[in-house]
Amino acid sequence: MPLPSYDAFDERDLGAQVLLSQFKLNTSGDAVTVRQAVARYMKEHGASALTVTRFATAVSEIARNAIVHAGGGEFSIYVDPGRKQLSVVCWDKGPGIEDIELALSDGYTSGGGLGRGLGGAKRLAKKFEIRTAVGGGTSVLMSVNL
Amino acid sequence: MAGVTSINLVEHALLVSIQDDITDTEILELQDRLSTKISENRIDGVILDISALEIVDTFVGRVIAQLAGISRLLAADTYVVGMRPTVAVTLVELGMYLPEIRTALSLTHALAQLRRV
Amino acid sequence: MPQSATANILTVLDTDFKGIIEEWLGRQVKEGVKRSDLFSDAESRNQNRELLKAFSKGVRDGVTGEDFDFDDNQWDDLRAVLADVSRERVNRGVTPTEMATFVLALKTPLFKRLESLQDVDQGVLIRDVMLVTRLVDAFAIYTNEIFIVEREQIIDRQRQEMLELSTPVVELWDRVLTLPLIGTLDSARAQEVMENLLQTILERQAEVVIMDITGVGTVDTQVAQHLLRAAAAVRLMGAECIISGISPMIAQTMVQLGIDVGTVSTRSSIRTALSDALLTVGYVIKKTEDQ
Repeated sequence: MPLPSYDAFDERDLGAQVLLSQFKLNTSGDAVTVRQAVARYMKEHGASALTVTRFATAVSEIARNAIVHAGGGEFSIYVDPGRKQLSVVCWDKGPGIEDIELALSDGYTSGGGLGRGLGGAKRLAKKFEIRTAVGGGTSVLMSVNL
Repeated sequence: MAGVTSINLVEHALLVSIQDDITDTEILELQDRLSTKISENRIDGVILDISALEIVDTFVGRVIAQLAGISRLLAADTYVVGMRPTVAVTLVELGMYLPEIRTALSLTHALAQLRRV
Repeated sequence: MPQSATANILTVLDTDFKGIIEEWLGRQVKEGVKRSDLFSDAESRNQNRELLKAFSKGVRDGVTGEDFDFDDNQWDDLRAVLADVSRERVNRGVTPTEMATFVLALKTPLFKRLESLQDVDQGVLIRDVMLVTRLVDAFAIYTNEIFIVEREQIIDRQRQEMLELSTPVVELWDRVLTLPLIGTLDSARAQEVMENLLQTILERQAEVVIMDITGVGTVDTQVAQHLLRAAAAVRLMGAECIISGISPMIAQTMVQLGIDVGTVSTRSSIRTALSDALLTVGYVIKKTEDQ
């Protein structure tokens, strides 16, 4: 497997944040697992129901993207030491995205009619960053205030 | 673990309670099973109870909309009941208004509406 | 043999712990950041003491040579105390700048004591001072970050409370809710108002919601979008939505802007909206017979 030819998100981008869990993303069940894990952590840290639903929905979108469009990947959940912010990094080893602007705009589809995932996720997350390289995979970092 | 989602028949309507750990694969299978059942019986409506769902994303939304389209072609109305406020707020923020589906406050309301038709 | 940088700092901290706290307090007063209006002397002194204690611990265990990483566990205690103190201060209205200055005021007492250590040459003093500077700066930056997050949370909470007061959902009749919207709708407010409304629909099992926009100044594309989103959300919950208060002017503006309300019911006055709503839940308004 070729190394990604871009700087995927990792610990360095997360500053003081601590890794809570890591998951592999392969089957559709894994998307459920990660979004439920994120929801659980958020509730444990006192996030409101609306905050949880919004962010967990964003998580669901990007996890699905990795599984369906990119042949799988990895998902990590981080929290800052003050327990005020939760972040997730979703990394996939897929074909990468050629036109990020297009992918983030509503109505984007790439065959299979599964568009709007990323654009929706971006709207729902407080912080949303994406790095990608054609042929090298995609990495998404999202954060939410608890 | 949800296991297999059960489909119940109530007064010519199919009632399904969707579990919160339903996967993409399972929901597509559900769409299949429902379509088959509608065509095999005299069904006036499909009632999807989503009160257990904390998260409804664009994929699930699309599958539900598709199911509504399929049912319509098979002469049945699709009702969604039990949507949580947080889910409704999130869906509209994502731009998913789901005009294809009918909605009702509860199973009772949905059945009442179906009786009127 | 020259002492290591931390050795000198630790010596200074050990020998005159109390003195440093007092002088730190004094500097905080001078810079106007002690906030005696918000904190009693005892509270301020206690905060300084806890901070200095945790700081000493960090210096003792968390510095290798002249390097340190504030995120290491040796600095856990200090970070925890900083978080607590920051939270305390934010809650009482201290500003981020005041907080940062509060922390930075620790430098002077430490510098003075390093300078007066016996047999210290210029080179060593400079090295020690630089280390103290880097440490206290890191301290201040961390505090700032916590502060900002805390403040945002408080502001959110306050805004929420204000919202609940200013946009009440009123149950006009059995299963009929009305939401009189006043002023301009911004995105954040619109979302929270929406969630409150939907929650009430659930609790009251409301079948009709009248959203009255008589009190909304201008209806531009953004306001219309919020309205239509809210109406869509009401429908998703299983209730019907009527938008009332559409004046001829607003109607013209909406048409000119190309806003399409789709299947949402609209009425010019609450009166007609109410009579429609009552009909939906099975009631008719009838005039009583005159005598």
